[in-house]
Amino acid sequence: MVATLPKRRTSKNLAAILVVVALAVLWQAVKVAFNLDGRTLPHLWEIVLALGEPARRNGPPLIVELLNAALFTAQGAFFGFAIGAVLGFVLGTLFAHVSLLERSLVPYVVASQTVPILAIAPMVVIWLQGSWWSVPVIAAYLTFFPVTINTLRGMKSPDPRALELMRSYAASTWETLWKLRFPAALPAIFTAFKIAATSSVVGAIIAELPAGVQRGLGGAILNFNQYYITGPQRLWAAIAMAALVGIVFYVVIAAIERVALRNIVR
Amino acid sequence: MTPVVTLTNVNKVFGGGGRPQTVALKDINLQIEPREFVSLIGPSGCGKSTLLRTIGDLVPPSTGEVVVNGKTAHQARLNREYGMVFQAPVLFEWRTVLHNVELPLEIMRVPKKEREQRAREMLKLVELQGFERHYPWQLSGGMQQRVAIARALAFRPQLLLMDEPFGALDELTRERMNAELLRIWQETQTTVVFVTHSIPEAVFLSTRVVVMSARPGRITAIIPIDLPYPRDVETRESPRFFELVTEVREALRRGEEMRA
Repeated sequence: MVATLPKRRTSKNLAAILVVVALAVLWQAVKVAFNLDGRTLPHLWEIVLALGEPARRNGPPLIVELLNAALFTAQGAFFGFAIGAVLGFVLGTLFAHVSLLERSLVPYVVASQTVPILAIAPMVVIWLQGSWWSVPVIAAYLTFFPVTINTLRGMKSPDPRALELMRSYAASTWETLWKLRFPAALPAIFTAFKIAATSSVVGAIIAELPAGVQRGLGGAILNFNQYYITGPQRLWAAIAMAALVGIVFYVVIAAIERVALRNIVR
Repeated sequence: MTPVVTLTNVNKVFGGGGRPQTVALKDINLQIEPREFVSLIGPSGCGKSTLLRTIGDLVPPSTGEVVVNGKTAHQARLNREYGMVFQAPVLFEWRTVLHNVELPLEIMRVPKKEREQRAREMLKLVELQGFERHYPWQLSGGMQQRVAIARALAFRPQLLLMDEPFGALDELTRERMNAELLRIWQETQTTVVFVTHSIPEAVFLSTRVVVMSARPGRITAIIPIDLPYPRDVETRESPRFFELVTEVREALRRGEEMRA
């Protein structure tokens, strides 16, 4: 096992590089095949080159501007994720224990997700009087849902006999929660966290628009959208940066998951 | 000596209120004395698991009285007076073997040091020393079930309730586990109520075999087992063993014919 590990890691890295190369080739192939001009689909190297040039006169290079925006948006996304994760965990746990609440409230939790975030966001901005906190709150609106549903499912997943076993020990509801339901729910909860991690970034970017927050990726995307004709590669670069933030969020959660669940075989 | 378990006119009806009713238990009267090993045997659906669960206060009887150690079954459960073993080991996959055995002790607020020491003793009793740090998935089915038995015995209950604990094991493993359970029973001075549908298993293990029949679930015969101790491989090949196996089988058949 130990001897084969470095080898396996190398081949994994190689595969990742190959995928990137293949995607780049595909990108360029599509451009040639459909005879797309620079405005419809810029060359990949044009996007890379644009990162080194200033987006505004006398401004810093685009990459610096985008990294700053990404850091700013990541904060909103992080708090949005945290609020949604806590809220979702509490709701899911509550629903798992009180079936009356589950039956009466879950339909509304589901309904909340059918309302477009674009309709909710301006209202949240007004309620919070234009504060920056409307960004995490709107992001949390997207993230609490998968966490609620998966926590509920995970908390109800233990074998009925495991619950009987706890009953035979005269264990309290609280002990059954922490010693059985919670550890049994962890895999499902982490799955939800991974979904929530990426949607918290989307939520934060969207929230920045009605909130009038300029410094984040939302502001950058809006700005570069308006100047798309003169510099399409800048919008593409901003999109790539948004994707990167989402990937980083996902990877962090996946790493925590691997540590937390290292003893559970799946 | 007060009996460990006394069942008086116990009835259990499932369903009702618009749904079809099933009489799971009908007029059950049974007394189990300390140090007994009583097997409940019968066809599937005869209510033997339900009967075991009423003793453990996991299923309340519809009518009748269940007394455990002189108290109501409910109070006995709150006092943690019995250990339970199911057909599946029901181990917590995120806990090591040692921590699985410690689980009931944790809930009973036993100090950490004593907890670990007792769990180790129990693992020795079921001959699993050296596997403390393993996870359940690293063990075979028979070993997992031994961990479950160690867990049930960890807080030294006077009563052990076992619901087809070896039903999922192959024949040879089952026979080995039978011999081991008998040894543990003798070493720990517990009273055992054991649900099974294997006739040889019931005869080999028990001091008494309670024969049940289905729909409605009721006791049709109680057969005392007079096989001498120690019981071992040779016991299974003795003429008396076969006589008793035949006796239980005929009692089971009579129970079925009474119904038909």
